[in-house]
Amino acid sequence: MLSVKGLRQRYGAREILALERFEAAAGEHWLVLGVSGSGKTTLLNLIAGLLEPSAGEIEVGGQALAAVQGAALDRWRGRTVGIVPQKLHLVPSLSVLQNLLLAPYLAGLPLDEARALGLLEALSLKEKVNARPHQLSHGQAQRVAIARAAMNRPKLLLADEPTGNLDDANCFSALQLLQDQSRECGATLIVATHDQRAKQRFDKRLEL
Amino acid sequence: MNRALNLPAISLAYLRARPLGAALNVLLLALGVATVAVLLLVSRQIESRMHGDARGIDLVVGAKGSPMQLVLAAVFHIDVPGGNIPLEEAKKLAAHRAVKQAIPLALGDSYRGYRIVGTTHDYAAHYGAKLAAGKLWQQPMQAVLGAQAARAAGLAVGAKFAGAHGMGGDAGEAPGHDHTPFEVVGVLAPTGSVLDRLVLTSVESVWHVHGTHGEKDVDQEITALLIRYATPLAAATLPRQVNANPQLQAGSPAYESARLFRMIGVGVEVLRAFGLVLMLAAGLSVFIALTNALQERRYDLAVMRMLGAGRTKLFGLLLLEGLLLAAIGAALGLALGHGATQLIGALMQARQQPPLTGLLWLNEEWWLAGGALAVGLIAALAPALRAYRASVAGVLAEG
Repeated sequence: MLSVKGLRQRYGAREILALERFEAAAGEHWLVLGVSGSGKTTLLNLIAGLLEPSAGEIEVGGQALAAVQGAALDRWRGRTVGIVPQKLHLVPSLSVLQNLLLAPYLAGLPLDEARALGLLEALSLKEKVNARPHQLSHGQAQRVAIARAAMNRPKLLLADEPTGNLDDANCFSALQLLQDQSRECGATLIVATHDQRAKQRFDKRLEL
Repeated sequence: MNRALNLPAISLAYLRARPLGAALNVLLLALGVATVAVLLLVSRQIESRMHGDARGIDLVVGAKGSPMQLVLAAVFHIDVPGGNIPLEEAKKLAAHRAVKQAIPLALGDSYRGYRIVGTTHDYAAHYGAKLAAGKLWQQPMQAVLGAQAARAAGLAVGAKFAGAHGMGGDAGEAPGHDHTPFEVVGVLAPTGSVLDRLVLTSVESVWHVHGTHGEKDVDQEITALLIRYATPLAAATLPRQVNANPQLQAGSPAYESARLFRMIGVGVEVLRAFGLVLMLAAGLSVFIALTNALQERRYDLAVMRMLGAGRTKLFGLLLLEGLLLAAIGAALGLALGHGATQLIGALMQARQQPPLTGLLWLNEEWWLAGGALAVGLIAALAPALRAYRASVAGVLAEG
């Protein structure tokens, strides 16, 4: 499903990521561990096609990322990859429901409102459908971000530090949601974190 | 909350999220558009009205003096005449072979601000006037009222009134001619011309009021002669011949009103420039607002890229926002402009007939609306380009 070979990312002379080989099969749940600055976020950005690698190859579902460019790459990402960014980045001027519908809309897919409402119900956000992001707690906002990432039934679900400021209970429930959603979509899950608590939930780990 | 989701809905959501800023931009643009629209509407209507009043009058002949004053007094009836000319001279001129038609005017008095004009039936016919009631004057001291004069003065057929010296406004107590009252014998239907605010009577009535009675042959005078040429060639010779006469002055309504517009034109240009500056300021304000908003929204835009939106979509989104602001501003501005013109018309109804109307669409207004949209588009261009170029990964990480 995901295959990385000879990956290098440099800013000027400084090398911030070097990964010789990494393979993840469809449906596997991976934990990418490393201290701050070890290049976890960079790896996720490269896999999502948000950054172009200095060297190396990335293939997702048989698609070599170097072969897609511009709007086609954006569209491919929108349909194939679900991303939960560290800072969540919900769009503040839109309602929760609209934030979810933004994913299919921007990926050029039909606006499946039933799926959006179903996801919100599954994540116990039903009464927040028309709320604005600033009216949500951090935990609720994170669940909206997870729902948004799952909206288009991606093949690859990426989450960057999803347990950052959460207490133990919320930490595990967030990880549980990510795993549930990737299982439901049949997606490969990659969670990047420095949080050692996450180890308990993942048997496949990549240390950077 | 609106559940539909597309670029206009997203743009609108952003504008709604910052209503004060959006309102300020819309208002600035609207004021600029409204200023220019009012100028267009008012100047075009006044111009066409003056053209209508002067149509078919090739030359005005009156007492020696300023040709502009002569035209303003005898054609548009917005100035006092400089003096009178001897009837003998007028008769000689009317018989000139270059003159097809000569309409005499004897001015001097008014009733409640509406000028009393001693003339012939030709004058009413010249503006295609039709009677709404009664008949035209047949003998001295019979008067026919223009539509607005009749309405404002509250006079109907059969009523009697006495004129006052000069253009004495509403002053009913001004020194008048109470001993020589007029009788209203007819009221004209509205013509949309200067005729609507005149009181017409025979030349003899004016002489009668001014006491030339008794010594009939002595110094009979009229104020002006409205002349229509028999041939276009007359334009080259007749004015010169008239001006060679030490007692006569010729004035061309076309030339004098063009001269007047050139003088007023400077003021109109200044106001128009002022309106355009307002529109430009609005453009600058939209530019600053969008640039600032972009700073706050770079995360949103990066997320949109993350979710699959191409660069062109974000570019389009920001352009759309500028365009949306401009479109609302333009629509509001045009509405304001037309409303203001209507209001000006209503306030000046007593002096202008028919009143200025805001219910009129000029082709220039399409250009005005297009210009406003262009301002919004250009203002949004630079921020949109920045959004187009922004790096997604960098922005997402810095949040």
